[in-house]
Amino acid sequence: MSPAPGHPSRTRLRTFVATVEDVPGVLNRVASLFRRRGYNIASLTVGQSERPGLSRLTIVVGCDDATAARVEANLWKLVDLVEVHELDAGQVVERDLALIKVRADLTSRAQVVQAAELFGARVVDVAPTELVVEITATRERVDDLRRVLEPFGVIALVRTGAVAMPRAGVAEPSPLPLTAAAKAASGT
Amino acid sequence: MSSTAAASPDVPAPAAEPQRRTGAEMIWEVLEQEGVEVVFGYPGGAIMPAYDALPRYRVRHVLVRHEQGAAHMADGYARASGRVGVAVATSGPGATNLVTGIATAMLDSVPCVFITGQVSSHLIGSDAFQETDVTGVTLPITKHNWLVTRPEDVGPVLREAFHVARTGRPGPVLVDVTKDAQQGSCDFDPADRRLARVPHRRPERGGTADALDRAAALIDHAERPLILAGHGIVQAGAAAELLAFVERTGAPVASTLLGLGGFPATHPRALGMMGMHGEAWVNRAVQEADLLIALGMRFDDRVTGNLKTYAPRARKIHVDLDSSEIGKNVAVDLAIIGDVKQVLAELTPRCKPSTRATWIARIEAEKGDAAVRDIQRLPDTGKLFAAHVIHDLWRLTEGKAVVVTDVGQHQMWEAQYYKHDHARGLVTSGGLGTMGFALPAAIGARFARPDDEVWVIAGDGGFQMTAAELSTCAQEGLKVNVAIINNGYLGMVRQWQEMFYGGRYVATPMRSPDFVKLAEAHGLTGLRVTRRAEVADAVAAARRAPGTVVIDFRVEQEDSVYPMVPTGADLGEMIRRPAPSPIVETARDSDEDEVPR
Repeated sequence: MSPAPGHPSRTRLRTFVATVEDVPGVLNRVASLFRRRGYNIASLTVGQSERPGLSRLTIVVGCDDATAARVEANLWKLVDLVEVHELDAGQVVERDLALIKVRADLTSRAQVVQAAELFGARVVDVAPTELVVEITATRERVDDLRRVLEPFGVIALVRTGAVAMPRAGVAEPSPLPLTAAAKAASGT
Repeated sequence: MSSTAAASPDVPAPAAEPQRRTGAEMIWEVLEQEGVEVVFGYPGGAIMPAYDALPRYRVRHVLVRHEQGAAHMADGYARASGRVGVAVATSGPGATNLVTGIATAMLDSVPCVFITGQVSSHLIGSDAFQETDVTGVTLPITKHNWLVTRPEDVGPVLREAFHVARTGRPGPVLVDVTKDAQQGSCDFDPADRRLARVPHRRPERGGTADALDRAAALIDHAERPLILAGHGIVQAGAAAELLAFVERTGAPVASTLLGLGGFPATHPRALGMMGMHGEAWVNRAVQEADLLIALGMRFDDRVTGNLKTYAPRARKIHVDLDSSEIGKNVAVDLAIIGDVKQVLAELTPRCKPSTRATWIARIEAEKGDAAVRDIQRLPDTGKLFAAHVIHDLWRLTEGKAVVVTDVGQHQMWEAQYYKHDHARGLVTSGGLGTMGFALPAAIGARFARPDDEVWVIAGDGGFQMTAAELSTCAQEGLKVNVAIINNGYLGMVRQWQEMFYGGRYVATPMRSPDFVKLAEAHGLTGLRVTRRAEVADAVAAARRAPGTVVIDFRVEQEDSVYPMVPTGADLGEMIRRPAPSPIVETARDSDEDEVPR
């Protein structure tokens, strides 16, 4: 329930999945919370969920256990939030998509393509002196590919940030009622 | 805490004949439905449709002199009553003038609804005249805010706003309504009380039987337990439950500034305020306790001093409604998330009856030394000290007034010398420390507590920040008594300059207007007091007068608030009132149970 006094846990990257109402400004509210409380965002993605009107955020934060508990507790205080859970590191499917533009001319192109293929990445665009590689993988694997391509000359790189969900067969965190069901008479 | 039943999906909206209403009309109609009797505000272009509709409704409007005043009035109303306060302003500067008041309410978790006009929806984003992104500006200082651009949304969103403001940990919310949403109309069913939506809440985790049993075991085994009572006690209406808990466990009670009144100050187990200006025996009790029972408080830095040396011998139980407060400043051994009223009701019977006689005797012994230094016991030199004024005011009002303080030295003296026996008897800006709060907040309290005496205690500096609201008192025919503790300085800053900045009084000497004439210029009564012998007569005259009275108490100019724990210092290290020369003491006895740092 609470951290052991005087024994701060290790800071590491933690993944939170939050379901929020798809309303204007909701991303701003989440970002503002992290900025105001000084939580260190490694990545934040937002997109549709399986439920209409609800968006899902994947937030990766570098923090210790006690901070993680407060990140979650503070997110719960957002009125637009439906639910939030920290995902168990061992029970998660996590993917990051990156586009990497690499120098690749006649002499190096074959090596670049081969390196990309080793990572299961695809070449999605080619010009005489450079090409674009797309990879969808875990954060770490994207980092690895980048390091491998670096010697050829990385011209530009863009990443989506991680999206994540619990692994197949792992129960989704107890879903709360849909927002439509919550639209109810306040009673008198 | 909420008086509105939480919405149930099973209850269908009653079918009734819909009627047409403009957005402007629906604002007031929903306020009436929410039980709002008074709003504080200031008109302007983007809110004019709402003002135009106002006379058709039973809501009283108080015209302020500055929107900051409106915000503090709504806040003071809410703090003194426990109900939701409401303030109204126009777009742009009207809305931004509310900001200090909104932040004040946010830091102290006060339920308020702020309604602002906004430029018409087709102008939003065009930098139109008096356009400000006020939902953006107030995002970090509200519990939530809404931009309403359609008349259909006015009712449901306003109802949701009241719901959010008063449920869970209370707080301010803001509803920004575009001019076209006020002017447009739609069907309105007065019997339809649906919210735009019912916000999700974190599933309850604390207050389980197991947690309560563990708490009771910690309490039963403690030899030196100490209760830290915060604003949560007042807000949850848990004063009776706290009293029962104290009488069963025998544990003494230290209060935060905002917790004062949550436990009767004249009760033998009441120690008074803790922290930076807490009395020596209170802070020593914190440092010596073997168990802290924190109830509805958040371990603010003004309460703890240096966190590394805070309450080093104590295990800690933290009861709070807001799980994000757990472990924020102080790591605790046991957290119970829940309404403190309910938690105490369930915890008390689980604890063994005890008197804690040894522990109490030890604290009482500490009081002896402090009493010698107490300014109330110093011989009367004929000089006027703020502490004397406040002590006399407490005596003359029999401790029953609603006292609204500003921020600074007088605020701390009030906390030390006005003994509050009842919750909501003290209204003060704790978290944000907003100078200029007192007079407008007292006007709000005046409406919240029509049968109670309301006193402002303010410094000469803070009073001048919002003194224009004297005009509001005059126009509305309000009776508020104002005690200006006038020392000719920004006293708390001067005190810090004296103690920590080599006595260089930079920008703290302050020349003020003649406050007696200022009151008279408003058609009010002004009195001046320069000697202690005159205090009683002036207070009596103020209480007799039918209208607002301003008393200019010319107190000692360079008096300081004692004891004082310097910022970031150990709670046990206090600067004490000179007796006769300044000395710094430490709470740690030189005996065997020295605690390693």
